[in-house]
Amino acid sequence: MKGVEEIQLASTELQPACEALLRAGGRMQMVWSWFPDGRDMEVCYLASRQPRESFVLWRSRSENGVLPSLTRITPAISWHEREMSDLCGVRFQGHPKLNPLILHAGTQPVAPPLSPRYPKDTPLPFVRQPAHVPKVVGPDIQELPFGPVRAGVMESAQFLFFYLGEHILHYQPRLFFKHRGMEKRFEGLEPALGVVLAERVSGVGSFAHALAYCQAIESACDCVIPPRAEWVRTLLAEFERLYNHLHYFGHLADTTTLKVGHAEGMLLEERVKQISARLCGSRFLRNLLQPGGLRHDLNTYTALSDDLQKLHQDIRRYLEQLSRTSSYLDRLITTGILNRQIALDQGATGPIERASGLDYDLRRDHPYAAYGSVQLQVPVREIGDANARAEIRAAEIETSLAMIQRLLANVQHGAFCASYQTVPNGQGLGWCESPRGALFYAVHLDSNGRLARVKVRSPSFSNWRIFQYTVHDSNMMDYAINEASFGLTIAGCDR
Amino acid sequence: MPIWTLFGLSRGTATTDWPADLQNDGQQNVFGMPRYHPEKCETGCKECVAVCLPGALSLKQDDEVRLNVDYGRCVACQLCVEVCPTGAMEATNDWAFAVHERDDLRWKQALRSPEAGKLKSRVEGAFKRSLHIRHVDAGSCNGCESELQALNNPFYNLHRLGIFFTPSPRFADVLLVTGTVTYAMRDALLATYDAMPAPKWVMAMGTCAVSGGIAAGGYSSGHGLDGVLPVDVWLPGCPPNPAAIIHALLMLLERAPQRVHNGQMDTSRYE
Repeated sequence: MKGVEEIQLASTELQPACEALLRAGGRMQMVWSWFPDGRDMEVCYLASRQPRESFVLWRSRSENGVLPSLTRITPAISWHEREMSDLCGVRFQGHPKLNPLILHAGTQPVAPPLSPRYPKDTPLPFVRQPAHVPKVVGPDIQELPFGPVRAGVMESAQFLFFYLGEHILHYQPRLFFKHRGMEKRFEGLEPALGVVLAERVSGVGSFAHALAYCQAIESACDCVIPPRAEWVRTLLAEFERLYNHLHYFGHLADTTTLKVGHAEGMLLEERVKQISARLCGSRFLRNLLQPGGLRHDLNTYTALSDDLQKLHQDIRRYLEQLSRTSSYLDRLITTGILNRQIALDQGATGPIERASGLDYDLRRDHPYAAYGSVQLQVPVREIGDANARAEIRAAEIETSLAMIQRLLANVQHGAFCASYQTVPNGQGLGWCESPRGALFYAVHLDSNGRLARVKVRSPSFSNWRIFQYTVHDSNMMDYAINEASFGLTIAGCDR
Repeated sequence: MPIWTLFGLSRGTATTDWPADLQNDGQQNVFGMPRYHPEKCETGCKECVAVCLPGALSLKQDDEVRLNVDYGRCVACQLCVEVCPTGAMEATNDWAFAVHERDDLRWKQALRSPEAGKLKSRVEGAFKRSLHIRHVDAGSCNGCESELQALNNPFYNLHRLGIFFTPSPRFADVLLVTGTVTYAMRDALLATYDAMPAPKWVMAMGTCAVSGGIAAGGYSSGHGLDGVLPVDVWLPGCPPNPAAIIHALLMLLERAPQRVHNGQMDTSRYE
């Protein structure tokens, strides 16, 4: 894999290697398993080391599907191990809590769904059983299951609160109601078609997903894309960040009952979506990317710079107004504090980690597309509360707008797509800093050059795991604000 | 501290006059479903079928029309338009694709003219002016939710049309479903429907809810609402844009005509 140093490790070498990685300041990013040639399983561990240093990939063949768990060394991969246990049938020895994560209690798969033994297109037999719930005992403690159908237009998930009056003692999110088996859907497809799927893993991250996917294929097939394509990809990735972050502020204003602030945030988001559609034909920036570059060129219409200038002014005014509203700030400051150590240990990513003092951004630290040649200020805050998370996003909006301006002042012309040959048994890694944090795609091609395995690690998969640490021992009244301040999506996490 | 009311007033009116005025629907350059021109379709070619991931296009045997086109499966990815060597698939802005009968999403030769005045009355007068919607996400990519949330932004301002989202199924007239209906969401979806008082309607929003879309089948994903709930309005799209959703809701209320019959868009009234 390009940009990745690969090391074969025996299962006994995994734990020492992981300890050494952490000591050297590295972090685990993603773990997945697959079945090369439909036979013995291989487990892949992807870790990042220092900024600008290549990623490192450990490959390990498991003996009889058994591997030592690394969760006690780095809790950040707990969910990855539980997922592999559910979907691939890996048995992790020494995992502190290996109950099902992805598959709901009551499913009875005839074989692990991602293994070649699972019969194609066969629905999981399912009779709902009570989910695993921790025992919380004490006088007057109440239990509130909220969801999966929640108030308003919301994604489906269930949240379990154990509370005493206003005080939340314990909180447990129950996700994966929306698990669609997207990774399995990629299998057997032509690499060029997979982008249609990648765009639909997480709707509000369509562009980031397509981008990471295309980069993974390009890496697997040794394809170098033309500068024009890199330029467009960088430009539109910032448009996606912009509409997501504006949506975020609208939502945050809503939870703090700032009605006009809510409306204004939503309106600004709408304006970016309409500009996006004029640029590429889709409000979600879909149907543009393909491995090798772009499917068609961008329609940079004449009024674009006027539209952007007006937008920039209005966004500035809006954020400035929010930053002076004490009723709003009062609800954010000290709400949902995530300290640096938990953020690091549990694998927080994106604006969440940067609000808790971790200075990491894939655009700067592992540059892709045209990010290597643009200047990028990465905002960092130390406090880790809801206000810090909002401040990070406000600063990122400003950075995005400045970057868009610079890109438009320095247009790259020329061909927008390069041709490439699919490489049989090719393997590639693609990554990008999506609006919500680090997004990774790993692809393995089969001997016919078709997709054998596609692994997606979306930032919300990491951040949902973190979120609960800020809810335990907090206040019911702050819950909605805290959740909004994380800016999570469920589709990308559930896949 | 800023006074938000003044700030809001100073921003003026942001709301569009659409659909009363046909101009500003906010969907400039938004691609919709590709239009099929069978007369341009060449024998022996199957380029479009090969790139159609959700299976909206399939080859027909022994017929003068060569393709089965099912817009209920189309995700508007435009790949068929790009690969067609003869222009038989044309890129359009046909996004107002809501229909009452699932079969109207399948392309057929005869263009049946909508029988004016004979529309089957579904809402029986009672709900013509107002509607309360309960939304359920049954396994979407969050694209549909993003567009549903956009309905309440100041540009579309859904309230002005007397249409509201309600948190409780007990107050709802319409169950608006997005997503493929995953195995884990099926019981919650049915429970929500059962909790609604009659008379009640169901709208399948987005290609996933209509047919399962690109995620159909597999071990955990469903095939949309077909056979799960009785559907009154089918709205394919990936995702349908806010104007398409408004059109579908107004169609349910008999305040807007159905524009697609036999998989073909009636453009006469709008062009």
